Amino acid sequence: MPITIEQLDEIALTEEEYEQIVTLLGREPNNLELGLFGALWSEHCGYKHSKPLLGILPTKSPNILIPLGEENAGAIDIGDGQAIVMKIESHNHPSAIEPFQGAATGIGGIVRDILAMGAKPIALLNSLRFGSSDNERQSYLQNGIVNGISWYGNCIGIPNIGGEIVHSESYDENPLVNAMCVGLVETNAIMRASASGSGDLLILVGADTGRDGIHGASGLASQSFEADQELRTTVQVGNPFLEKVLINACLEVIAKHKDSISGVQDLGAAGLTSAVMECANKGNFGVVLNLDKVPRRENNMTPYEVMLSESQERMLFLVKNGMESPIIDIFKKWDLTSQIIGEITNTGIAEIYENGTLQANVKISNLVDAPQYKLKGIKPNRQYIIQGVAMHVTPLPNIKPSAILEKLLASPNIRSKKSVYRQYDHQVQNRTILTPGQADASILSLPKGKKGIALSVDGNGRMTEADPFVGGAISVAEACRNLSCVGAEPIAITDCLNFGNPKKLDIYYQLEECIKGIAHACEILETPVVSGNVSLFNESRGSAIHPTPIIGALGMISNIENRVSMGWKNPDDIIVLLGSTLQSSQPDSLAGSEVQNLLTNKIAGKPSINLILEKSVQELVRNFSQRQLINSAHDCSKGGMAITLAESSLLSNLGVHIHNDIPERWDACLFGETQSRIVISCSPEKLSEITSAAENVNVPYDVIGKVLGTNDFVIEGYIEQSIENMKSFWDTS
Amino acid sequence: MRIGIVVFPGTWSDEDCHMAFSEVLGVETTYVWHKDTDLSDIDCVVLPGGFSYGDYLRTGAIARFSPVMESVLRFGKSGKPVIGICNGFQILCESGLLPGVLMRNDCLEFRCEWTNLRVETNNTIFSNKAENDQILKIPVSHGEGRFFIDNYELEELEMNKQILFRYSSSTGDIRSSDNPNGSLNNIAGITNKEGNVLGMMPHPERACKKILGSDDGLIILESIINSLKV
Repeated sequence: MPITIEQLDEIALTEEEYEQIVTLLGREPNNLELGLFGALWSEHCGYKHSKPLLGILPTKSPNILIPLGEENAGAIDIGDGQAIVMKIESHNHPSAIEPFQGAATGIGGIVRDILAMGAKPIALLNSLRFGSSDNERQSYLQNGIVNGISWYGNCIGIPNIGGEIVHSESYDENPLVNAMCVGLVETNAIMRASASGSGDLLILVGADTGRDGIHGASGLASQSFEADQELRTTVQVGNPFLEKVLINACLEVIAKHKDSISGVQDLGAAGLTSAVMECANKGNFGVVLNLDKVPRRENNMTPYEVMLSESQERMLFLVKNGMESPIIDIFKKWDLTSQIIGEITNTGIAEIYENGTLQANVKISNLVDAPQYKLKGIKPNRQYIIQGVAMHVTPLPNIKPSAILEKLLASPNIRSKKSVYRQYDHQVQNRTILTPGQADASILSLPKGKKGIALSVDGNGRMTEADPFVGGAISVAEACRNLSCVGAEPIAITDCLNFGNPKKLDIYYQLEECIKGIAHACEILETPVVSGNVSLFNESRGSAIHPTPIIGALGMISNIENRVSMGWKNPDDIIVLLGSTLQSSQPDSLAGSEVQNLLTNKIAGKPSINLILEKSVQELVRNFSQRQLINSAHDCSKGGMAITLAESSLLSNLGVHIHNDIPERWDACLFGETQSRIVISCSPEKLSEITSAAENVNVPYDVIGKVLGTNDFVIEGYIEQSIENMKSFWDTS
Repeated sequence: MRIGIVVFPGTWSDEDCHMAFSEVLGVETTYVWHKDTDLSDIDCVVLPGGFSYGDYLRTGAIARFSPVMESVLRFGKSGKPVIGICNGFQILCESGLLPGVLMRNDCLEFRCEWTNLRVETNNTIFSNKAENDQILKIPVSHGEGRFFIDNYELEELEMNKQILFRYSSSTGDIRSSDNPNGSLNNIAGITNKEGNVLGMMPHPERACKKILGSDDGLIILESIINSLKV
């Protein structure tokens, strides 16, 4: 064959795939055609290894308007003729190479996914993973990523309302940047990324097309990093001002001319190639593209470069023939360049011309239907080793509980994230009711009535490394628990699956098990998956990151006045632990925990979750907030119950007194991470209503102490702290 | 009475200002496109926050050349009320309607957080609904809000009582720890000498409902409405 392995490597295709392409075409592809296949058959665009597995995720519920996989993002009916559109996406590989622009364009990209649905972007969230090493490269990556998010997000006027940051040496070489965007749209104005018929015009609007980001999808996002590879040219460069104008212009066009528009599509991974082919493929249409019409940033660009450029801030509109001029006028009003670059046909074939010369001629279904691989995964050896550790025989820590508390409060995974979120505008658009740091989830008010939505993003790589099925389920449960704590009912999730190289059977096993765990939790918690993204090949020098599923969860709250935050409210309020009792704490709860990380720097034991109990606990706490029985709620998460109590005190400057009912394994009781637990506080006269409601639904609980009017933080017999002292460890901003 | 909110490309506080004036306070409010020049039916001009033209050059430096700004200059010089918020303050300084400059925050980072503002005088059209020394809880959200001016002009500002708001503690102490951006003398908002043009970095339109964390911003907006009624 005339093609070299090196050429195929550059676009991440195998020899077998090349042979398949030759068979499909009945001839050798030319360079441009091969580039199109390389992009669309990349793992990033084609989901070659993940698509067969993602099929098991539950996707339906009565309020799902657009399910997983059908459009750029899923849509959920929230009543009153409105829908929420949401999606989470990774930008890990670009951020590892050029953290500032990588993270910034990650924001830009996910926003355009939401915009393509016709929705007004109303919230951003992000989930970040950084290394734990204290070196120059780590601070370069962290500062670059946070600054990039701040720079791009603040400029485009979308509040950045929540997120999480976890540090682990597992991410030293491969940070994770998962960005989530949420949009609001009238249900009768939802746009689709499809053509309505032959003759539809393709209008490209926004930035000129340059040479940036070529091979972003195939070369960058679908392979592992090798040492000393120069990849910066594959990273895109963002222009948030242009994005902001594009958002305004697109929303104005959709508001005024939605009946003239057949479809809207963003240009993301694989640029024009992916945008055009995906649109045309729905309805089995064909397309004629005239590349000489594409406005360019640079001279002498080849058709290959134009088709594969990942220049940012571009959108594609499919408009009914003859209806285009008022639309183009609106783009002109906003000083945006727009150009008709082609037309939909009924041939099923992509015909790409440059100056009248045919450059590529490929059946679109061949391009879009990437091969799919179902492997048989093998349980990793390290998982046997991790789970083989008998936690009940591990010794008690030889450090005092008070000292552990201090160390945990100061640890990068638990300490206050104020220094990060104060760099993000979380208030613009005047909807943000609960802000970062106040509660387990953020709440946005909606234009109609007293209802609101709650949003949370969560994931747990350590637990997933210990047990991918359980870790997947825990990630869903915890994201939903955050919503329930503020009083919102979880109704849908979006997921971003960050894994290593799926061609390795142990990684494939983790991916498959994790998806099963997510699916199982979604079934039980009744939260269908509406959208998502898979980021594979998160490896460097042969070693994979912890498998890291990130779950973005959406909840509804019928009356935002009933929202619950996590700080204590009044001295003498009673503190109740829901979901377990102090005495029932087991050393198994230390598996994958933050305290285990702190004290041993290892993962050992088998984490577990009882999803039936999880559901009951969440329903119960929502019931309490609806009936206004509780004054605070905060789930037990990283660092366990002691950290939950400490955070509620740190936010309110009110101390606690917890009575001594601590079992012998105080480490598990204070710092273990048993799932499905929420600490609530209530006024004394509400206590009996709360305990009888818990008994009625068989949720275990424990009345563990009370809120103090002083600064004393006391867990009798174990911890005596002052809030000031705890703050000196926790808040270093 | 009609409030005109100017929209530049890159503006993002326009809708929030609209919400505060129109939905919350029930005043007729309209948007003014940056290419328009007719302000004849406007009684108060609002230059809202955002990143006009991306602020890639210097904040507000391009926006001041927008066609609408010539009209805003005339409008302001004729004694009618103009309020510039955040990016609007930066544009007012660039255009010469207000003295001084807004530099990069001294922490070199963007800051979005609640601040307390001490009202230095209630003898203006922007503060007549406030008490002297009243504390208003209003958030900031900017990367370049550090007010700076030379000593001579600073003395003039102080002497003419042009300093309307200072960042303070919740009890009204002026301390550097309450200053989110390193502004000279904790200055958060100033007026022109005539008192009809206000520039402030904090966002009163965001503090327009208790459920958003504070409704203290309404005191400023209601003061404007109050003065227009007279």
